[in-house]
Amino acid sequence: MIAYIADTDATAGSGRAAYTLGPLAAGPTCCEPRPQISVENLTLAYDGRAALKEVSLDIFRGCVTALIGPSGCGKTSFLSSLNRLSDLIPGCEVEGRILFDGQNIHDQLTNVRALRRRVGMIFQRPNPFPLSIRRNLEMPLKEHGVQRRADLDAAVWRSLVDVGLWEEVRDRLDAPALALSGGQQQRLCIARAIALQPDVLLMDEPCSALDPVSSTIVEDLIASLRGGYTIVIATHNLAQARRVANYAGFFWVKDRAGVLIEFDHCQRIFDSPRHELTAAYVSGRRG
Amino acid sequence: MTLSNRSSSSRSRRDTRLVAAVATAALGSSAIFVLIVGFLLKESWPALSTIGPARFLFDPAWRPTEGLFGLAPMLSASLAASVGAVILATPLGVASAIFCRHYAPPPIGWIHRWSMALLSGVPSVVIGLWGLTAIVPLIGRFEPPGASLLAGILILTVMITPTIALMSGAALDSLPDAYGRGAVALGLSREATLAHVLLPAARGGVAAGILLAAARALGETMAIVMVSGNVVQAPLSLFDPVRMLTANIALEMAYATGSHRASLFVSGLMLTALVIALAAAAWRLSGDHCHG
Ligand SMILES: Nc1ncnc2c1ncn2[C@@H]1O[C@H](COP(=O)(O)OP(=O)(O)OP(=O)(O)O)[C@@H](O)[C@H]1O
Ligand SMILES: [Mg+2]
Repeated sequence: MIAYIADTDATAGSGRAAYTLGPLAAGPTCCEPRPQISVENLTLAYDGRAALKEVSLDIFRGCVTALIGPSGCGKTSFLSSLNRLSDLIPGCEVEGRILFDGQNIHDQLTNVRALRRRVGMIFQRPNPFPLSIRRNLEMPLKEHGVQRRADLDAAVWRSLVDVGLWEEVRDRLDAPALALSGGQQQRLCIARAIALQPDVLLMDEPCSALDPVSSTIVEDLIASLRGGYTIVIATHNLAQARRVANYAGFFWVKDRAGVLIEFDHCQRIFDSPRHELTAAYVSGRRG
Repeated sequence: MTLSNRSSSSRSRRDTRLVAAVATAALGSSAIFVLIVGFLLKESWPALSTIGPARFLFDPAWRPTEGLFGLAPMLSASLAASVGAVILATPLGVASAIFCRHYAPPPIGWIHRWSMALLSGVPSVVIGLWGLTAIVPLIGRFEPPGASLLAGILILTVMITPTIALMSGAALDSLPDAYGRGAVALGLSREATLAHVLLPAARGGVAAGILLAAARALGETMAIVMVSGNVVQAPLSLFDPVRMLTANIALEMAYATGSHRASLFVSGLMLTALVIALAAAAWRLSGDHCHG
């Protein structure tokens, strides 16, 4: 299922023709029409109060999927259910199925630590550990069994090059990571995640705590990662979603629970949304 | 207009008064500290000027009535007991802080935290009583007499473990959630998260707790008098009865006169200097928060 539209209220524009994946107007060819993650009827509740209700969508391999919607519509909750970070929150209950490469991540057999290695997460506020730049990158690798010095050095170099930080920090790898600027810290966090060679990167408003210049740099970085990683990005910045995403999902709060209103190609969501709430939100009339 | 002027000026007058009160209190407490140090200096001055600082360290014995003022055996007993207690209490205290936050089921963790807080408030004379009736006889069964450096170390450990546990716990609690969540999101295990992220991030607070605990151990008197035997000798074995610097002051002050009395003030001055150094280091470390 590629396009989705909530089976409620009025729909804007023409009927709701089922969509098949055509050539993407904007987007890399490496974007495969195979779902990496399939979310089926996800319902997530905090202390018995639903924050997300019956969300179903497919996240495609190598594509950037943007999640947009007003504050409190459950974007963060949705992201943290994908790597089971929601397990950490007492009183948080998840129902429905999430298939990662076809495997239900809530299976007894799923190794949660391995899942989290393959599904990296970037938070809104950069959160490098109060260690050196090098330790920030090496420590998780060591914990996942990379022990050889040469492998570690190569991974540090590779990930810093990939996020465009190598030239900036090559002389001070042993300096504290917290001495970096906010934008550099966020890129370091992305480097830390991709050093583990994940398949998926979850990004929760990765630019919203950054100044405009850093924000542009990080956004360009996300665009450059497209194709190599499956990226799910929650953002309030519609222009940004439009620039980087291949797909977009629009969430809305209904009866105090977040629901997915529409999911489609990014262009379609912004240029010819079929649900009137989507149309109102992307044109800035509501939200 | 007038109304708002009046209310703002009355508020600023109130503010001024509040600032004055706070400043007076602050100045008052630092003045008391300066007074105490000045008083110690004044009272120990006769001994420092006539006997000289070196002899307090190098005289072969402590026989103040015969002109021998060697504080070294008692200083080394104090240091040995404090260092020993810190060595035992640090792993216990840090482990207890970690246990009740990350491993214990909530009710047990809660009870554990409360008992640590209560233990830190038990009067030292009561802990001394317990040491005298429980620990000293126990040690005496293996190595008589029982009242010994080891008994002192164990008693001090009981007294300072809560300090380390509470300070380390506070340091762990003050860490931003983002560290723990970030570590878990990278697939780190709970142990790795603690060992490589949370504890290093909290190291300033943990170290500050250790130093404050060391200062408390150095300054402890009552319980130590009760369990460590009070024989003036350099500790050569854990089972030797020893006398700490603090105990010496408490035991002899009542009858000391002249240069004997003044040299007790010298030992008070020494203790104060040590404790100030430790507290200053602790203060620097705890101010040196590595997280934003
Ligand atoms: N730990 C929690 N405990 C209880 N309720 C929570 C918790 N986290 C989120 N919620 C609630 O769940 C709903 C969805 O929150 P969520 O943070 O997922 O929204 P969001 O779309 O990410 O919002 P924002 O755009 O402001 O980040 C909100 O009503 C919020 O109050
Ligand atoms: Mg959010």
